[in-house]
Amino acid sequence: MLELIVISTLNGVLFGMLLFLLSSGLTVIFSMMGVLNFAHASFYMLGAFFGFQLTKWVGFWPALLLAPLLVGAIGMAVERYGLRNTHKHGHVAELLLTFGLAFAIEEVVSMIWGKTPLDYRVPTLLDFPAFTIFSTNYPAYKLFMLAVSVTIFVALLIVLKRTRVGLIVQAALTHPHMVGHLGHNVGRVFMVVFGVGSALAGLAGVIAGPALVTQSDMAAALGPILFVVIVFGGLGSLPGAFIASLVIGLVQTFAVALNGSLASAFGPLDPSAGPSVLTDIWNVTIAQVAPIVPYLLLVLVLIVRPVGLMGTRES
Amino acid sequence: MTAAVTSASHLAAKPAGSRLRFYAVWVIGVVALIVLPLLFNSGGSLTSFSLIGIAIVFALSYNILLGQTGLLSFGHAVHYGLGGFAACHMMNAVVAHGWPIPLPFIPLFGGLGGLAFAIILGWVMTKRAGTVFAMISLGIGELVASSSLILRSVFGGEAGITTDRTALPRMFGWTFGPQLQVYYLIAFWLVLSAIAMYALTRTPLGRISNAVRDNPERVQFIGYDPHVVRYLAYCFAGFFAGVAGGLAAISFEIANSAYLGAIQSGLVLFATFIGGTAYFFGPILGAILVTYLQLGLTSLTSVWQLYFGIIFIGIVMFSPGGIAGLLMMHRPLVRAGTLGMVIPSYLVAVVPTAALAYGVILTIETVARYSGGDAINLFGVAFNPQSPATWGVAAILVVAGFFVARSTWQRIAGAWDRAATVARDRGYLA
Repeated sequence: MLELIVISTLNGVLFGMLLFLLSSGLTVIFSMMGVLNFAHASFYMLGAFFGFQLTKWVGFWPALLLAPLLVGAIGMAVERYGLRNTHKHGHVAELLLTFGLAFAIEEVVSMIWGKTPLDYRVPTLLDFPAFTIFSTNYPAYKLFMLAVSVTIFVALLIVLKRTRVGLIVQAALTHPHMVGHLGHNVGRVFMVVFGVGSALAGLAGVIAGPALVTQSDMAAALGPILFVVIVFGGLGSLPGAFIASLVIGLVQTFAVALNGSLASAFGPLDPSAGPSVLTDIWNVTIAQVAPIVPYLLLVLVLIVRPVGLMGTRES
Repeated sequence: MTAAVTSASHLAAKPAGSRLRFYAVWVIGVVALIVLPLLFNSGGSLTSFSLIGIAIVFALSYNILLGQTGLLSFGHAVHYGLGGFAACHMMNAVVAHGWPIPLPFIPLFGGLGGLAFAIILGWVMTKRAGTVFAMISLGIGELVASSSLILRSVFGGEAGITTDRTALPRMFGWTFGPQLQVYYLIAFWLVLSAIAMYALTRTPLGRISNAVRDNPERVQFIGYDPHVVRYLAYCFAGFFAGVAGGLAAISFEIANSAYLGAIQSGLVLFATFIGGTAYFFGPILGAILVTYLQLGLTSLTSVWQLYFGIIFIGIVMFSPGGIAGLLMMHRPLVRAGTLGMVIPSYLVAVVPTAALAYGVILTIETVARYSGGDAINLFGVAFNPQSPATWGVAAILVVAGFFVARSTWQRIAGAWDRAATVARDRGYLA
């Protein structure tokens, strides 16, 4: 039991940090431009696929640098040639544009790389067990993922809170016109922020690719959870996104690890009851429920606190 | 109440000619629904007509949210799917218990299935509009779609629930075995739902929904709660989506978890938006187009969904009013008689635009078939996806086509401005 708790906590924190790496970019883009980037998870997927391809060509470490840059460049192009022109039609049009983009990216990826999972391996340098607890080997690569996520998180906080660039970005969030009058190119600031957000997603993809499955539906699988994270945490709130990422990461990891059901706790129902909704619910294991847990959390939070954990504004 | 009086008197104040035209459009639509299957009576076209009919009801119900109330939902298929399951269960129950309910009434139960879910979760979902609603609808959609695989006894797991439409009590001696009879059932419900949904846009609720879409604060000032209005609109949309789901369940005699899924939600969003949300007939056009594209493209290419995505992005970027918006833009020009000023520039633009489109299609097909090595046959011209010449041709078509087409589009914009100015001078708004 203790073994399960320790391992699940580690994995949960890991998954949570990965979620945060993605939702931080999404949150910054959202609070800055008011546009919810539906294609954010697709940029994550592009990161994983570019990482795979570049690893084949130039090795993992250069790929770790190049793939996020590529994804960031694509993000900047999307902002410059897509979102900026769509802005005049309102936020719904921008949201729809990124929705169409997510759809198209998934199709392009499965067109080029196929629909089956890729053989994206952990680099040999990190392919060893870091430590052993309760006879379980914990892979070094996962520690590396955790380290990268934490580093990015800290770096992002420092850049946003402590530097001049962060000052301009934060000011442009709330007072774009004032920042413009002070002589900063707000359009370019938006473009760069969108690019950096996409690059972060791409980085998450490159490092998550070998550990999770790299295939063309990975964006569709992760995208909805990202939205749960940022609604759950409160729209536009970075600390909220951080807490929500960790909560959802932990809850989901624990749910997957647990195999109990009501039937195993209280004994099976009378077989004469026959198949019904009740027996379904009675017999379903917690692991089976794991995929829907984030959405249940979403509904609960909405009923209790519609603005989310740390959210302050209505919409 | 007052709004109803005003709109009624407004209708009465209209010249008799425009009212006549209004009813004529509906009558022509109904006649077309009746006559079309008699002209094209092969099994394939009957199936496509049925699919299109279902898609139209579904898209119209979606437009109650998107177009009327300004709610962008990414989980509308939940109502469609639940309606389908409700209809299937009802049909099986009717057969099992021998209830005297004939098949034509089944879509009503589908609608109630969709409505039930809207009543339960809609209140929480419609608390906020805009982006938040979009995300929540996505989350709830995923919730229902994944739960459907867990609750096997209700949703039948992966396989879904099957039913037999011919086992129900007969009405007018129709067995509903042949596809033609099913088509007429769908057409009947299509007309009924379309009239009901059109009428809904004319009611005070429909009008206040538009107001909530445009400015919720002012609606609050005049004493309505935007949340309640959104909730009611959501319930109506859920009901009609359920009707569409019920029709689908009758047509396919099965309901499974794919009905509820994100793909179905995405398709209805595509159909509605591509058709145009600002006009009532927009979603109808969109549903027809998307269903036909879906049926036609699947046999031609493996990446048909990519074409959907590209068309959708193009519409979002260049014509947010959809196809209906594009068509209606020309109305003042037609009335003012200045359409002739624009048409030559359209004709000039057709050639480079077609070349650009051809290049894009060639590029996509080349990439898609590169590893397989299947030959490409594009409008009668054969290409080998692995030869560099194909890549060259595609690149030239795309690049040159784009730059030439862009200059012709600028010509269109210029001609359009001149035509619109003249139309405005003659007293027609443009």
